[in-house]
Amino acid sequence: MRAFDYVRAGDTAEAVREAGGAETRFIAGGTNLLDLMKLEVMAPGKLVDINRLDLGGIEATEEGGLRIGALVTNSDLAADVRVRRDWPVLSRALLAGASGQLRNKATTGGNLLQRTRCYYFYDRGEPCNKREPGSGCAAKDGMNRILAILGTSEHCIATHPSDMAVAMRVLGARVEVEGQGSAREIALEDFYRLPGDTPHIETVLEPGELITAVILPPPAGGRQIYRKVRDRSSYAFALVSVAAVVAVENGRIAKAQLAFGGLGPMPWRDADVEDALVGEAPSAALFDRAADILLADAKGYGGNDFKIPLTRRTLAAVLTQATEADQ
Amino acid sequence: MQFQLDVNGERHALDLDTRTSLLDALRDHLGLTGSKKGCDHGQCGACTVMVNGRRINSCLTLACMHEGDEITTIEGLGRPDNLSPLQRAFVEHDGYQCGYCTPGQICSATAMLEEIKAGWPSNVTDDLEAQVEVSIEEISERMSGNLCRCSCYPGIVDAIRQVAKEEARA
Repeated sequence: MRAFDYVRAGDTAEAVREAGGAETRFIAGGTNLLDLMKLEVMAPGKLVDINRLDLGGIEATEEGGLRIGALVTNSDLAADVRVRRDWPVLSRALLAGASGQLRNKATTGGNLLQRTRCYYFYDRGEPCNKREPGSGCAAKDGMNRILAILGTSEHCIATHPSDMAVAMRVLGARVEVEGQGSAREIALEDFYRLPGDTPHIETVLEPGELITAVILPPPAGGRQIYRKVRDRSSYAFALVSVAAVVAVENGRIAKAQLAFGGLGPMPWRDADVEDALVGEAPSAALFDRAADILLADAKGYGGNDFKIPLTRRTLAAVLTQATEADQ
Repeated sequence: MQFQLDVNGERHALDLDTRTSLLDALRDHLGLTGSKKGCDHGQCGACTVMVNGRRINSCLTLACMHEGDEITTIEGLGRPDNLSPLQRAFVEHDGYQCGYCTPGQICSATAMLEEIKAGWPSNVTDDLEAQVEVSIEEISERMSGNLCRCSCYPGIVDAIRQVAKEEARA
């Protein structure tokens, strides 16, 4: 690990002020950042420890949603009785991720900003445009079975690894951030950037901006499902995951919100897929049509070709479960 | 950097490089070698300790971030002449072979049973709002962050179930 300066910030203003330099990173749980620093994939010159900041609570909002402080751990969020009752897809996604030890450390803000687990991003002996802009992408012709089929570019085919972010995306969450003398809210759908020719820039955050909270809108109702397909039944990243909020009324789909993990560089959501489902009677043919729309631009790179049929089947399974009559 | 760590009820003054992980501080600077270094990347769980009662991977956190926290290692759970219930149960049920992962397993299981008592659901819990049963399936899922290369999982699960039953009766 490279040497760094360490600053323990006492409040948000101090944290943001200390984070002015380009080589600075905030550290909260640190479970991903320290892993990457040990491998020198990331080598910040300065760490600003934000664990003493007052960003830990989960509060009801006036509109009937929740304001989740950036430092709320994945464990506490998954176990919160309001989340379990009214936003169960979020509890399910959190519980499907990582291990008990990691969920006790990983935070809500940090989870959104975790980096890809692409093997070539981690391997400093290989080119990677995300780690070293302009060096190339070894994954396209390499071991890519875990990598993306949607939203890729010739420069990067990495996936965003989070489960939590997929649930946040399906629920329409917003991200609250603070910078020096500024505060703003960003819809999660606008938070991440496609790789294009700058895969090292992953979000719209400005340098030094700090996530202070994530806002959940009022409960979405419906049946909520998080289905994760992976190589082991526990403690593994998703090959494909589907977060669904679906309601059926009078035999027709009245609400269909769907987000996908393991497929793209960000938690993926496609309004055309949802529009195609709403107003229709559930059927295998309809679910197949939805998959056609979702996967119209899907591109496999050899090792991950299987994700295209796997996504089709996982979506069909989730929609079948979500629209079954008696539950 | 100068800072203090509270470990197993004792306060220690340290002056360490900021890069020092909590695990390395415990093992190399405080002589508490019960916590083990397996992968050093949060994948194996051999380094599991409790911070303020919660289990974490001590390899994936910096020692200097834990000033003011209460840290409990395997040395703080029991001693050879006064074993904790889980330590005793691991012996009785043969919950290890080489023993390298055992301190992490026991720290993890100790905190995991508290998580169940607090009503935390897991990925295999059917009803997110119901009280959790300490089943084999629940234990396996909740302990998935602790690997055992000797594959003593049946003994580990039996030991944890026995302690959960004893605690339920008490």
